Amino acid sequence: MKHPLRGAAAITGLGITEMGRIYGKSSTDFAVDAVRYALDDSGLKKSEVDGLLINAGITGSQGGGVSLSLQNALGLRNLKLLNHMNAAGSTAAQMVQYATLAINAGMASNVVCVFADAPLREGTSTGQAYGSAGRTSIRPTGVNGLFSTAGYFGANTGYALAARRHMSLYGTTQDQLGAVAVAERAWAVNNTRAQMREPITLDDYHNSRWIIEPLHLLDCCLVSNGAVAVVVSGAEQAKDMQQPPVYIWGMGQGHPGDPRSAGSSPETETGAKIAAETVFSMAGVGPSEIDICELYDCYTYTVIVTLEDYGFCKKGEGGAFVEDGKLGPGGELPTNTGGGQLSSFYMWGMTPMSEAVIQARGQGGIRQVPKNDLVLCTGNGGVLNYHASLVLSPHHN
Amino acid sequence: MTEEIVDKPLPSPSGFAEPFWEAGAEGRLLLIRCKSCDESRVPSSEVCPNCLSVDFEWYEASGLGVIYTYGVMHRLYHPAFEQDLPYNLVVVELQEGPHLPGNIIGIENDALRVGMPVQVVWQKYSDISIPRFQART
Repeated sequence: MKHPLRGAAAITGLGITEMGRIYGKSSTDFAVDAVRYALDDSGLKKSEVDGLLINAGITGSQGGGVSLSLQNALGLRNLKLLNHMNAAGSTAAQMVQYATLAINAGMASNVVCVFADAPLREGTSTGQAYGSAGRTSIRPTGVNGLFSTAGYFGANTGYALAARRHMSLYGTTQDQLGAVAVAERAWAVNNTRAQMREPITLDDYHNSRWIIEPLHLLDCCLVSNGAVAVVVSGAEQAKDMQQPPVYIWGMGQGHPGDPRSAGSSPETETGAKIAAETVFSMAGVGPSEIDICELYDCYTYTVIVTLEDYGFCKKGEGGAFVEDGKLGPGGELPTNTGGGQLSSFYMWGMTPMSEAVIQARGQGGIRQVPKNDLVLCTGNGGVLNYHASLVLSPHHN
Repeated sequence: MTEEIVDKPLPSPSGFAEPFWEAGAEGRLLLIRCKSCDESRVPSSEVCPNCLSVDFEWYEASGLGVIYTYGVMHRLYHPAFEQDLPYNLVVVELQEGPHLPGNIIGIENDALRVGMPVQVVWQKYSDISIPRFQART
């Protein structure tokens, strides 16, 4: 039986600002631009927007992130739904989920979901923008303070440790991590919005400097200034709007927590596993029916473990699964078709979301995947701690 | 116990985990056992995350474990680590179950392996001793 909310809402607008080392604008400035573009794209008048969900990126926790005051910057007077949300990289998919629920509960009609971030400053490195975690003069109490004392800084460390665990348990190789980076770069070559468009080889991957073994520079995502907004509307309204609707077929989340104790392995079995059951059950499809994957790829390893947890291959076989290049252009499972966070831009969960919308609409230009009936779009946050996903389709049913 | 005077970020030895740090200064590793559900944990919280009981006791752990996972850091994020680069960092699965972060001392980074048996060693700083690990046979 079809789930009552399958296809009951759709993404009807998409706005993407300039991305990368764009200076002189605040997160809020970027957010305003992204919302303007999304409204133009959808054909909606500002007065028709009655919901606003906001996700500040890393600047949100550093001070200066986009806040609820975005409402006033946009002059929105008729909001029936407003929130500032944060479940790290899973937020984008979550915002679309809560928008869908609110619309179907009659609480709102057109909900704008926006992510904005501006951590890059002139003259500072990408690593500095995100690597400051643990650099504080306040001495933490309890054993939590042992992480920074050990030299554990930022997400790079957590993902390196997770990847190493997987490599050790399952024999995943450095070449297999590299295969993800190479495939995504091949997609980015055809994306004019991508920050990194020079093709790379596996040799280039191995020659890129170590950040923290087993992660090379080319295993790690970019950092970007910019914003992305999407509009979610009810299905009835969506069919008469300016853009081809991208229907929301499935929604799921999974947050298994991390007890940091024997018998638990959040590094290698993630929340994606829980989300997969929910999202596929609602959509009424399984992994074999998915045409395109837009997966959160903060690191190459994230893609491998996510593919496993969604059942595209068995646990432990993700490395071998991606090694033959099937994720790249012309491959059997087109994945991160805009270059992903590794090669296009880093807007947390809005990177996979924006490309999923582009592909489902058939607007990918030379990188458009011909068969786009079902697109899986995932978001992941923390160190594989928080997960949310959507199955999207250009078809209402 | 080795002396090392480096301006690294250090936890505070005060607070509810004080017994942990006091024992560490004597080279002993204490863990918390929940008196309600019997789960062991490192002293990260006064409330048992397994059963939410506040009733716990300290006990002396073996100090033995195996490397659960490791990494080798090449990038400088904090000036106090400059001379250490590239340095290893590990998560150790203690014999009693809980995971503890740290570093392995006295080993070439290339020799690190998941599953390698290790034992805790305490390094003394100005007002606190920090658990690190060394390989054991």
